[in-house]
Amino acid sequence: MKITKKEVEYVAHLARLEFAEEEKEKFTSQLNDILMYMEMLNQIDTAGVEPMSHAIAQKNAFREDSIGESLDNEAALANAPDPRGDFFRVPKVIE
Amino acid sequence: MELNQLTIHELQNRLRAGEATALEIVQALFKRIETVESRLKAYISLMKEDAFEGAIRADEAIKKGDINPLTGIPIALKDIYCTKGVRTTCGSRILHNYIPPYNATVVEKLQQAGAIFTGKTNMDEFAMGSSTETSFFGATRNPWDPERIPGGSSGGSAVAVAADECIAALGSDTGGSIRQPAALCGVVGMKPTYGRVSRFGLIAFASSLDQIGPFTKDVEDCAIIMNCIAGYDPKESTSVPADVPDYRDFLSRDIKGWTIGVPKEYFIEGIDPEVEQAVRQAIKVVEGLGAKTRDVSLPRTKYCLAVYYIVAPAEASSNLARYDGIKYGYRTPDSLDLLDMYKKSRSDGFGAEVKRRIMLGTYALSSGYYDAYYKKASQVRALIKQDFDEVFRTCDIILTPTTPTPAFKLGEKTDDPLQMYLSDILTISANLAGIPGISVPCGFSGSGLPIGLQFLASHFEEGKLMQIASAYEKNANLEKRRPHL
Repeated sequence: MKITKKEVEYVAHLARLEFAEEEKEKFTSQLNDILMYMEMLNQIDTAGVEPMSHAIAQKNAFREDSIGESLDNEAALANAPDPRGDFFRVPKVIE
Repeated sequence: MELNQLTIHELQNRLRAGEATALEIVQALFKRIETVESRLKAYISLMKEDAFEGAIRADEAIKKGDINPLTGIPIALKDIYCTKGVRTTCGSRILHNYIPPYNATVVEKLQQAGAIFTGKTNMDEFAMGSSTETSFFGATRNPWDPERIPGGSSGGSAVAVAADECIAALGSDTGGSIRQPAALCGVVGMKPTYGRVSRFGLIAFASSLDQIGPFTKDVEDCAIIMNCIAGYDPKESTSVPADVPDYRDFLSRDIKGWTIGVPKEYFIEGIDPEVEQAVRQAIKVVEGLGAKTRDVSLPRTKYCLAVYYIVAPAEASSNLARYDGIKYGYRTPDSLDLLDMYKKSRSDGFGAEVKRRIMLGTYALSSGYYDAYYKKASQVRALIKQDFDEVFRTCDIILTPTTPTPAFKLGEKTDDPLQMYLSDILTISANLAGIPGISVPCGFSGSGLPIGLQFLASHFEEGKLMQIASAYEKNANLEKRRPHL
């Protein structure tokens, strides 16, 4: 076993997801299959190989720190599930 | 031939000669959409009103002689590009009501070139899939056999082009999502070099792999679209400030003296014999045009899938963290507190495949596993790129099948994620290495399903891809067929 049901529950919490019991079982088994498949990477010696993050090596893309156009409040709030006035409303954060 | 069956360059000629109007083209298209769309489901949203208004404006512009490269040409957009004021769902419930306040750069560029938009096409949810079955809005069907999948994730765009429901379309390719559906639907599909086309306004899946490209009816149309969308964008930090050639210049050049590498690892066990035969036939065609072919090896090919399914989900888990039910998108009502709201909204808003990949990616990035998975995969990725660099030292082009088999049946692989992932096995390597690739039709199976041929080139050599794909297309003498619907 590469991953247990308990780890699935922990990772789900990290990812802000929750699953029914049945789904947890299914995910545990499917993730195990996939992780077993990935074991093959251990056949390759990668000592000293620089990890590749992007295909085309680019330096930092800087720009001038100048004020450009931005969204007005109305447009920024237009897609919010629960806007109130100029704010995004969320369920209570503090006990 | 109806107007909606023609290519961009054929329509341009008719529009310029006054033999057709943009309005007639749009009318023909929407008549076609009304006839076939209920059976194919290529689109999530149609933009009929915009298209008719755009056609009237295009006809006025043409009358004044104000003609741009795509004036009056109807184009479909994968529902992954932000379109100002037009719902953009990414095939997901979590964005089912999202109306972007801005346009993606490619949308702006197509608009400036005069294009008319027909609608937003169906896709696997967040582009995670190889069959367009994971869309929240239902599956798209292959016009060559509606019992079969069109490929994915850009299945809707491929079908819209193949079934003449648009003239050309844009898709996105993270592990084959343009080339694979292009192959399975019998159209041309190109994934440009990483950094060639701006991704500003493309909803992110795996940022080190995602790239935008066209679906077209022929290679010339591919060059026309690439001329409009390629190039540097200051809004996109990974777009590359390199000159863009006129891709049409490559279409009439020959390939005499070129060396074509044929990698033995791409003719794997499990490859459909009809696919192999069609591709071997294509090798003879390019040899007949004066190119030499040579057996080459890409020794780390068998590791590509494992690397991809670590890197892509890891990046996706990070990119998709933004869907929190606060600023936009779906929110589950009646939560106890903020944490409960996050969990409920994300669990109800994402489908099973997206959740599987978020889980896989979160696990691979989590404390204690990062080195074993993400770092290891990124190192093997560097070696995979070296394999390509090595081959391109002696070869102009690499030639492979695009997919191991023709289109499979709906539901055939949905219960087995690994089997589904294996359908991308011949396309994933190009994304890992960041190189461009094109899929062109190379015949049909005995049961009438399209087969695709893939050409790969070194970074920023899209012109070479156009050159060989165009030479092949003109000389392959393939039977011209259209799907019966």
